[in-house]
Amino acid sequence: MDKLIELKNVSKSYDGKKVLDNINLYINDNEFLTLLGPSGCGKTTTLRIIAGFETADEGDVIFMGRDIQDLPPHKRNVNTIFQRYALFPHLNVFENVAFPLREKKVGRQEIRERVDEMLKMVALTGFEKRSVTSLSGGQQQRVAIARALVGRPKVLLLDEPLAALDLKLRKDMQQELKNIQKAMGITFIFVTHDQEEALSMSDTVVVMSEGQIQQIGTPMDIYNEPKNAFVADFIGESNIVDGIMLRDRLVRFSGHDFECVDFGFEEREPVDVVVRPEDVDIVPVDKGMLEGVVTSVTFLGVHYEIIVDINGFKWMIQTTDFEPVGSHIGLFIEPEAIHIMHKSEYSGMFGDYSSFSNELDELSDAELNAEEE
Amino acid sequence: MNLKRSNRNLALIRRLALTPYSFWAVLFILVPLIFVAYYAFTDSAFHFTTENILRFFKATSEISDENGTRMVHTYLLIFGRSLKLAVISTIICLVFGYPFAYLISRASPKTQGILITLIMIPMWMNFLIRTYAWMTILQDTGIFNGLLGMLGLGKIHIIGTESAVVIGMVYDYFPYMILPIYSVMAKMDIKLIEAAHDLGCNGIGVLRRVIWPLSLPGVISGITMVLIPSISTFYISQKLGNGKFYLIGDAIESQYTANNLHFAAAIAFILMVILLICMAVMQRAANKRATA
Repeated sequence: MDKLIELKNVSKSYDGKKVLDNINLYINDNEFLTLLGPSGCGKTTTLRIIAGFETADEGDVIFMGRDIQDLPPHKRNVNTIFQRYALFPHLNVFENVAFPLREKKVGRQEIRERVDEMLKMVALTGFEKRSVTSLSGGQQQRVAIARALVGRPKVLLLDEPLAALDLKLRKDMQQELKNIQKAMGITFIFVTHDQEEALSMSDTVVVMSEGQIQQIGTPMDIYNEPKNAFVADFIGESNIVDGIMLRDRLVRFSGHDFECVDFGFEEREPVDVVVRPEDVDIVPVDKGMLEGVVTSVTFLGVHYEIIVDINGFKWMIQTTDFEPVGSHIGLFIEPEAIHIMHKSEYSGMFGDYSSFSNELDELSDAELNAEEE
Repeated sequence: MNLKRSNRNLALIRRLALTPYSFWAVLFILVPLIFVAYYAFTDSAFHFTTENILRFFKATSEISDENGTRMVHTYLLIFGRSLKLAVISTIICLVFGYPFAYLISRASPKTQGILITLIMIPMWMNFLIRTYAWMTILQDTGIFNGLLGMLGLGKIHIIGTESAVVIGMVYDYFPYMILPIYSVMAKMDIKLIEAAHDLGCNGIGVLRRVIWPLSLPGVISGITMVLIPSISTFYISQKLGNGKFYLIGDAIESQYTANNLHFAAAIAFILMVILLICMAVMQRAANKRATA
């Protein structure tokens, strides 16, 4: 695969506050790459620098081997889908999609053909004369996709395009976007704060926090081998406990020595240990490696989510077996389920479920969304 | 059930709240209009007549200038002159006001506030005073010519020309052009401009294909708010045109002061009808563009 876009040592500040801190990143041709992180992590700014709406203070932006920092947005072979779609309210569906072609002085016949083709792709044939303001959110989204792709860009930038859609529609659009990306054979750079969306759609996920890249990898890498406590916590649910690496493939945490598969750490190095909630098996107390008391149970349909108190540290465990609150249970963890990370600035900030509540989680998510407006 | 009742209460309250306004509108807008029409179509004994209306179109007078002496349709000539000066003023206001409104709308919120205040300050002064101020500025021995003299450019005679009248109108009505255009532009979503850039438009393309069509409602109301008062103005032409450019507003005023109420009403009525037709045509054109 060829490097299509490359960001080299890119930094950017607003009013003295650093929003991007030395970003290094390359994006391959035909790749579906996602910039993932909480609001204010710099993902949208990165996207806007690639689009040309912002200029980096330092560093280079290379597109197909050429520095494009001085190229205005309309001369870049890159199109954007905006968060609220930014459709032109004074133009109907056909004219919105035809907009970039008219600017390029494409002939009438060709415009008609290409717009028809695009509208067919997004299943909006027959909507040509409709006013865009009369369309539903999902339909507006489709018009935005058609309009961004009709000019045949090399790269499509998507700025949280699904954030305004309801859950069902969102799942459908995720699949559809993925299909469109494959069918068109172009590069997608997708910005989201939704980790599930990132994992299910991407070839490569770039996890960002506070203007820095925390980890770049495939969705599997990111989930199974998080680099630090931030990534482990942000992607999925994680129990993150303090541990000591006794030697290669042996780690001590929660007062017990566990076999594991990680190596290459110093002897007796303090580490962060990640155990995913679905990787913990519940066994009778006498057969368990650890012992704890169930403090809460939430039924989630496919499984129960239970919180277990082990020596004062609250673990989250997902299980299909019901365990009532107050029961003593034993826990068994396989060596492959244990992931060891070096200590980082994020150590100790995440991974304890003592103040956990689903509702709280969703509330803070909604707040994040509002802030990003 | 409760909800229904409270909705009904709300509707009642709304209607009650509107009552004083409706009363006011009938008393001070509708009734005077009916009176204007009534006077326009009656003679001094209040018998029905179309004489006043016909007089507007038929009255002739003799004028003599460097081209000799000839007969003209008095009021048609005056109306044509009013229309010409008003249209020129409106075009100047639009040409200068539009880019200005755009620049204001793109400035920082603080700068926007300051600039809008600066534009509105002259509107707080009485317009007679503003017109007198322009008299002293434009006089042959006034400030403007003084400046030209200091720069060694010689003097030009402005006061008493059509240019002076146009300058006065533009100055007086300029804010009415800027404010509606600015308010439309300030509300415009910056993302639409970014989207247009993203889709291949350079600066001019964005202006032509996105900003201009989206700002049309503001432009239409700006034109309306400048054209209508400038077509019917009377004081500016008397003071800055030295009374040489008798406008339709002057005609109404002089008929009125001469106690010729019926003919004054007829002129006002005709002016109103013509303006209404103009506005309807413009509004229609704008709507057509908006839905095209």
